[in-house]
Amino acid sequence: MPGSRSDARRLGDRAAEGYETPPSEHDPYAHDPYAHDPHAHDPYEHDPCEHTPYEHDPYDLAVIGAGPAGLAGAVTAAELGLSVALLDSAPQPGGQFYRHPAPATHATRPEALHHDWPVFTDLRDRLRTGDVTCLFDHHVWTVTREAENDWTIHALTADPGPGPGEEQRSTRVRARAVLLATGSYERQLPFPGWTLPGVVGAGGAQAMLKSGLVLPGRRVIVAGSGPLLLAVAGSLVTAGAEVPELLEASSYFGYARHPRALATQPHKLTEGAHHAKALLRHRVRPRTRHAVTEAHGKDRVEAVTVSRLDHEWRPIPGTERRIDCDALAVGHGLIPQIDLATGLGCATRRTPDGTHALALSPLQETSLRGLWSAGETSGVGGAQHALGEGELAALAVASRLTGRRPAPRSRLRSLRRRRDRMNAFADAMAVTHAPGEGWTRWLSDDTDVCRCEEVPADRIREAITEYGARDARSVKLLTRAGMGWCQGRVCGWAVSCLSSPPCATAPPEAPPSTAPDRRPLATPVPLGVLANLTTPERQPPTTPHPPDLPPHHPTEGQPS
Amino acid sequence: MKPTELVGASPGPTFTITFDGRQLDALPGQSIAAVLWSAGVLTWRTTRGGRQPRGAFCGIGQCYDCLATVNGRPNRRACLVTARPGDTVTTQEGSGHAGFEK
Repeated sequence: MPGSRSDARRLGDRAAEGYETPPSEHDPYAHDPYAHDPHAHDPYEHDPCEHTPYEHDPYDLAVIGAGPAGLAGAVTAAELGLSVALLDSAPQPGGQFYRHPAPATHATRPEALHHDWPVFTDLRDRLRTGDVTCLFDHHVWTVTREAENDWTIHALTADPGPGPGEEQRSTRVRARAVLLATGSYERQLPFPGWTLPGVVGAGGAQAMLKSGLVLPGRRVIVAGSGPLLLAVAGSLVTAGAEVPELLEASSYFGYARHPRALATQPHKLTEGAHHAKALLRHRVRPRTRHAVTEAHGKDRVEAVTVSRLDHEWRPIPGTERRIDCDALAVGHGLIPQIDLATGLGCATRRTPDGTHALALSPLQETSLRGLWSAGETSGVGGAQHALGEGELAALAVASRLTGRRPAPRSRLRSLRRRRDRMNAFADAMAVTHAPGEGWTRWLSDDTDVCRCEEVPADRIREAITEYGARDARSVKLLTRAGMGWCQGRVCGWAVSCLSSPPCATAPPEAPPSTAPDRRPLATPVPLGVLANLTTPERQPPTTPHPPDLPPHHPTEGQPS
Repeated sequence: MKPTELVGASPGPTFTITFDGRQLDALPGQSIAAVLWSAGVLTWRTTRGGRQPRGAFCGIGQCYDCLATVNGRPNRRACLVTARPGDTVTTQEGSGHAGFEK
């Protein structure tokens, strides 16, 4: 697929649209004839699903997600001789951690915002040389299991194109095994003013910077909890923003209670040192036990109120300070993105900071035979953790499908040992940064908790105190919180905290106080695509939308 | 230092897209949200209920706060849509389907 005639043709077409410049000699992608076109990675010409859905032979393995875990899994499996399809919603590999500018920007130093770039370029090179069918720009909306070794991945292509009739295409990929490497998204705790433009997710600011080369403002406050904040603040100052405050709601002393978990993680210390260097150079000092408890502004954020917190994250009266800024990057850790698996009924476990992750076998298999998982889906532990789990899962899949022992067994053993050590570190990290119960005191009655449906805190409290709601699901049905576009991904955690405290710091062995979110569709799907699923299996390659249905209107209010 | 300088991005050839009648410069490969941010635009939507201004929040396609009307199609996630020469982006009011609203 790389460098084929069709790629050359596509490059030519896009040059006519004004996309291409001649490769410069400093261009790191110059050796690669298809890297200049962000869409050229997607070998539609060779995509057996496009023209003949269900007529292709099943892949041995479908990997969903092209971040560290998915990349490691896909290249390992391909190098072991499996046929592999790798799907991702982004136009290029990397996931959130290795997110980088599109090749068309001709960035000569894409590594400037990363500290582990060679690991990514190695994986990317192995992806190109290995036999992996890359299906980028593919949004997976569900996975179905026809039989034990017969899975179907249902995806939509991302871009409907500018003209009428250029709709999203729906695609199905068959595989004998599936590796879920869908990562995580950011946990948000609402506070007054958090819906103002200029208040962005900390990970969101990082993502927009890494790929879009843009900043939300010039003077950006970074706040929340978790080690991601150090990376975000480091990236922002490196890219030219001023970070007047870096606020961590927890304290780092939590790590001191887990010396063994720390000592076995030299890579974490290197990573920390990398961020610390950037922050020191720009005189940014993290302030622990502090939080932004209000954002001010009319049409966009203009200032924030910062408060000192007690150990339960309750703001201490009298400690408020008002600080001018033109953006706020805020986030409180990460939530595993597991909806494709929970939709299939996979078992989950409660992590020490109160989120739900997939419960996995020692070889990364979910409770459903044939469905493996790696990376943040099994608990948030960082990129190194994800890389190891991806490789381990691929070894296990290859062993299962070929009926041979995974070779070399020493590699398997060392990966398992490393994974277990990293799990211990991930648990220490989760405990250290777990939101304290006092955060709900930041809320004013009119603070929107659910951004999509604009449900304020007092309506949620009313559902609990007046109507007797005892869990997030009842609150949702009474108030519509979590029933909007994002399907509760942003407000779900906060709503369940308000409905059934205590929300966090549950010991991992405790029974979950709330069930994990279940979303039958992981991304909005045009009704026409769903309607076509009932037709016989051989369907036309594209599924046009009925003319009276807006093609990209997300499904709202679907039960989940 | 600007982010584009930091990663050594070539400035050209830039192209333009239109936002509410304004011409904005775009780098090839940037998302529509990134083009808007680089022009200092943080708001390109008002909410259905309170008509409150919104723009990009999560940056990775999870939150749906960055919905915009792109080339006449409402409800496109601006953080996921790659800008193309000549794209027309307009501020999305409410659900983006004015004819269907109450």
